[in-house]
Amino acid sequence: MANPESHWNSYVGGVALGVVLFVTFLATGHGLGVTGATTGVTAVAANAVLPGVFPKGSYLAGYVSFGLDHWIEWEVLGVLVGGLAGSLLARRFRPRLDGPPRASPASRLALAFVGGGFSGFGARMAMGCTSGMGLSGTAPLAAAGFLFLVGFFVAGVLTMLAMQTLWRST
Amino acid sequence: MIAPFGFGGWLSGLVLGIAFGFILEGSGFGDPRILTGQLRLADWSVFRVMFTAITVCAALLYGARALGMLDFGGIFIPSVYFWGTLLGGAGVGIGMALGGYCPGTSEVALASGRLDGLLFLLGIGGGTLAFNAVYLAIKSWVYAQTGPTALTLPHLLGISPLLVIVAMAVIIAAVGWLTRSVKP
Repeated sequence: MANPESHWNSYVGGVALGVVLFVTFLATGHGLGVTGATTGVTAVAANAVLPGVFPKGSYLAGYVSFGLDHWIEWEVLGVLVGGLAGSLLARRFRPRLDGPPRASPASRLALAFVGGGFSGFGARMAMGCTSGMGLSGTAPLAAAGFLFLVGFFVAGVLTMLAMQTLWRST
Repeated sequence: MIAPFGFGGWLSGLVLGIAFGFILEGSGFGDPRILTGQLRLADWSVFRVMFTAITVCAALLYGARALGMLDFGGIFIPSVYFWGTLLGGAGVGIGMALGGYCPGTSEVALASGRLDGLLFLLGIGGGTLAFNAVYLAIKSWVYAQTGPTALTLPHLLGISPLLVIVAMAVIIAAVGWLTRSVKP
């Protein structure tokens, strides 16, 4: 099999992403997001396992009644399809356990789960993630989007000071 | 016809999502070493892609408005909830330093075959449930709005959107020049 293709030039990817984000605003009035969808799936799945687990007034109760047949859920499904298509076409698809190069397989799984936990909690606090707030909030120049990015980069770089020996390539 | 057009159906979501996922994957955003490389200041792909996208989209949005083709009243502009927005961003940043991804990029990681991307997504579900558990105790300060609804940076600084967009383009060019030896 041929070698995987290298990634695109960052500025080409950035212009393409900016245009797609603009088309999204024209089509729908809002930008691209992710955690609106993961929050809906979490609420509906937990309620299916434990019916009535979210009483009225709790954060996720509204997400249960809102349901899953919405633009954001279809968009997030599309991200999976687009990511799969892109990785297959460029021969980058490969089943593997990625993560910090110097961490053991068990640590990689644990770090991914804990990292996801911080990310999921943070995205609910900020009412959006790197896509929904960091990208789609800053594009119409919302102050909230820029404030989010300040928190994201400062906390990310500081945390990385403690993590960098694990992440440095071997 | 004046945008936005209200295409809120499944096809619109699916098509735009496919384009989004394809671009993220092509830019290398399914790879946790590229993503965390930005936090180690060893790889500038994340900054270059994100800020180029933001600046291009901002120029198109404000350009379309100036031409009378886009009604900003129909565009979602988030408001500032100071502590929620700032600490929430910090949570997403800590999550990337620990787990290698943010929510959208963990999806692309899973789509390109990475098991740790799946674990990250499951962790997002866990973090969402944890937020639900403490929501009533923290919502009064986390979701306390700061300043006017849909506050923009040009409004906050009292300058024109064009000036902000030009400044962002200058920053992209300057950072690109300063980090030119790091990677294309």
